[in-house]
Amino acid sequence: MKPRTMSHDSVSSAVPTQAAPVLEVKDLHTQFDTRAGRLPVVNGVGFRLEKGKVLGLVGESGSGKSVTGFSIMGLIDAPGRIASGEVLFQGQDLARMDQRALRSLRGNRMAMIFQDPMATLNPVLRIDVQMLETIRAHSKMGKAEALVHCRQTLARMGIPSPAERLKAYPHQLSGGMRQRVAIAIALLNDPELIIADEPTTALDVTIQAQILSEMQQLVRETGTSMIWISHDLSVVAGLADDIAVMYAGRIVEHGSVDAVLDNPQHPYTQGLIGSLPSANQRQRRLQQISGMAPNLLDLPPGCAFAPRCPRAQPRCAQPPALVPAVDAGVATPHATAQINAAPGTLHTVRCFFPGPAPDLSRSAA
Amino acid sequence: MIGWLLRRIGQALLVVLAMTVIVFAGLHAIGNPIDILIGEDLNQQERLEAIAHLGLDKPIVQQYFSFLKNALQGDLGTSFVYNESAIGLILDRMPATLELAFVGMLMAIVLGVPLGLYAGMKPDSPVSKLLVSGSILGFSLPAFWVALMLIMVFSVQLGWMPSSGRGDTRTLFGIEWSFLTLDGLHHLILPAFNLALFKISLVLRLTRAGVREVLPQDFVKFARAKGLSNTRVMCMHVLRNTMIPLVTVLGLELGSTIAYAVVTESIFAWPGAGKLILDSINSLDRPVVVAYLMVVVVIFVTLNLIVDLLYKLLDPRVRLESAQ
Amino acid sequence: MNQRSTATPVAARPPADPGKVQSIWSQIAHDFLRSKPAIFGLVILLIVVLMALFAPYLTPQNPYDLMQLDVLDSRLEPGSQSMEHGYTYWLGTDGQGRDLYSAIVYGLRISLLVGVGSAAIAAVVGTVVGLIAAYAGGKVDALIMRVVDLLLSFPTILMALMILAYMGKGIGNVILTLVLVEWAYYARTARGQALVETRREYVDAARGQGIAQWRILLGHILPNCLPPLLVIAALQVARAITLEATLSFLGLGVPITEPSLGLLISNGYQYLLSNEYWISFFPGVALLLTIVAINLVGDQLRDVLNPRLQK
Repeated sequence: MKPRTMSHDSVSSAVPTQAAPVLEVKDLHTQFDTRAGRLPVVNGVGFRLEKGKVLGLVGESGSGKSVTGFSIMGLIDAPGRIASGEVLFQGQDLARMDQRALRSLRGNRMAMIFQDPMATLNPVLRIDVQMLETIRAHSKMGKAEALVHCRQTLARMGIPSPAERLKAYPHQLSGGMRQRVAIAIALLNDPELIIADEPTTALDVTIQAQILSEMQQLVRETGTSMIWISHDLSVVAGLADDIAVMYAGRIVEHGSVDAVLDNPQHPYTQGLIGSLPSANQRQRRLQQISGMAPNLLDLPPGCAFAPRCPRAQPRCAQPPALVPAVDAGVATPHATAQINAAPGTLHTVRCFFPGPAPDLSRSAA
Repeated sequence: MIGWLLRRIGQALLVVLAMTVIVFAGLHAIGNPIDILIGEDLNQQERLEAIAHLGLDKPIVQQYFSFLKNALQGDLGTSFVYNESAIGLILDRMPATLELAFVGMLMAIVLGVPLGLYAGMKPDSPVSKLLVSGSILGFSLPAFWVALMLIMVFSVQLGWMPSSGRGDTRTLFGIEWSFLTLDGLHHLILPAFNLALFKISLVLRLTRAGVREVLPQDFVKFARAKGLSNTRVMCMHVLRNTMIPLVTVLGLELGSTIAYAVVTESIFAWPGAGKLILDSINSLDRPVVVAYLMVVVVIFVTLNLIVDLLYKLLDPRVRLESAQ
Repeated sequence: MNQRSTATPVAARPPADPGKVQSIWSQIAHDFLRSKPAIFGLVILLIVVLMALFAPYLTPQNPYDLMQLDVLDSRLEPGSQSMEHGYTYWLGTDGQGRDLYSAIVYGLRISLLVGVGSAAIAAVVGTVVGLIAAYAGGKVDALIMRVVDLLLSFPTILMALMILAYMGKGIGNVILTLVLVEWAYYARTARGQALVETRREYVDAARGQGIAQWRILLGHILPNCLPPLLVIAALQVARAITLEATLSFLGLGVPITEPSLGLLISNGYQYLLSNEYWISFFPGVALLLTIVAINLVGDQLRDVLNPRLQK
């Protein structure tokens, strides 16, 4: 494979980074060719992920966040394909790799966790079989040694009596336990990158919180980088270092978690934050983003969010580019400090009219 | 589990019992059972003896119980045509039929599963579409006509295979089997294939449908995300999950294969129980018919039982829940 | 069931055209005709049915009228001329001197009669029993379903053999046998569908309006049971025809003087080894085409009607 020179994206390297990022996605385009037409599900997505950092990829269903995750893992099947772009994982371009090379990386240097743990584990195979095959696929470890490793990993995930759990079948475990097993499987070969696709959405709120805190600890201990895909900002808020908000296949806002949550610039991000139950005051109707999710076959020529945007202007018929977020006028020392202090992730937004949200307490809806 | 097993066996016995009632009632409903079971070319003395032996001069309920008693002892009457024990005749011929059915079933699995797997994995390829259309043909074709065509092509025109009869046999466990000899296999191929054709189409479609249902499921994607080889994903994950319902259907189909052997046996002059029953129906050899029915019912009920058991054992979700 | 794997995103489906309001039947017909094999099957079926209906007008000979047969003309090759009658035996003649073409057309008649007739009767009987089971519930339902399960687990040919062994041959008995063997399919489906329907809200609504139970059954539930029953009926006709042919082939069906396709094939068997193939071959092809056509139509019908049931 030709050695690739690390090109620096002009936007994201305002401050030089110390080490090469674990993952660098550049202008990724993933398309699905359906009978109805060609769907640009991932439409020019790019970001960097440093070692030990967590990126929260947030968006509604249909925004392309899951497909981004699958594209990175190389799990896009026909009728979908990666049309263009680069996925640089430790310097190697995954988008151009053949399946065999990708397979040796999957489950090994990079792992994925899915949403529904019941569907993720094969119902007719025992847990130990499903764990062992991951180890055996990537190393020549003996069975006994591998079993010990499995047991230890399960214990690390806080699963009691792991030896018994190994002999069990998926349906004998609770939902939270199954998801812990899935996470354990992801950890077995000490990957550098874990992509978690809505792993807590199917679980109870209490279990959700537990797993979130466990993941946080894990990331700190092992230094694994993570992409946490979710539609729920509040879930991501506590865990992520950076947040990227996706809409209709594009990233519309990207920055450190504090910058994006405290100082959202894109109207969609503001809508997402505003619609969180915690963000709303009592006895007022829940804020909602008006309109419906976009039809990818029928995207408007410019900004995809324009039909639903309270700030839309004629200029929005042009496709906006990602620009650094500037706090025009409203200068909060916190926000400015963020922009200067955070190494690596500049706060960027894809909007012609970025800016803080109007005062919610005065809105009638 | 044991409780379920016992209940199931009890059910099976009930069915067999019900069958005995039906068969017995049938005998009496159709005509004079004396004529049916004893036949006509006995003189008066022998008739009276036979009647007394079969208890046909006693009230019906008692007759039923003696019928049952005799059945349990293995006596279901004497064949008019062969003048031997009816059930003996049937049991003599059964191995040939079973041999045919098993080999046919084996062919169906060996040919049908891989083809179905392929058709399920690549549903849009021209080969797949051909296979699916072919399978419609496969179970539309009347078996007897296919048999004739097979004979015409492979026996008459090409002369590759014999058109009738069973080949040489060798004894195993005291029973004669023909698949143990080369000549036997040579004679087995055409009739077994004839039986198998219908099943191949069935197996192909079932496997294909199963694969198409299992393939898009998350755990398959997860297996790939773990970096497992394609072979492992297909065999361990996809095939395992597809086979469980498939095995149960195949088990039931085995029973129907044994039954449909009647047609194949008659065309290929295969000396099995099926040909016997056909001849017996035509020659009104009723005791043999009765014996055949009883044997087949027992085979059937046993088969169903085994299939049910197999399903419980194979699918851990079912197995472990019933144990709780 | 299938979660958020990379299935094609929901936004991909083109929005339904709100302007067109199609009746459900024309929609079904439209979907049905999308499949080329199904159209092919339908065309073949139409030809078969028409030929069977107008048999006397389409054939030079009535093969069941022994007076019209000329034994001296037996086993003639396809294309031979009949000396006495002056027409061509397009498909040859059989062992008794029957014009094979005529015999096939008349045989199709019998096949269709037996197949459709038995399927229709079995459908009515089975549906009634199934609805009764669903309506009565409890022990009656359990008993009926037990019987149905038993019947369905038995291979059809065995049952047919049994019944014919006891009752003797003849076309009437064949139809009776077929009905006895088939009704269980309809019963199970009708009952299953009826149970699903009784749980739907419109039934509660109707009951709330005080409509009588049996009225609900006939007027609301029955029409909704029809689609799957239709599919089963289509496929059952094919099975019935095959079964009749098989039974006749084995000598247990129609009388020798009025041969159906199965018997024709059986008659031709003995001449196979002397290379007079046409006596078995052509009736076989006719049978085959009919069955394949019915299966194609039935398959497509099932594919078209099934998604509608899942709504």
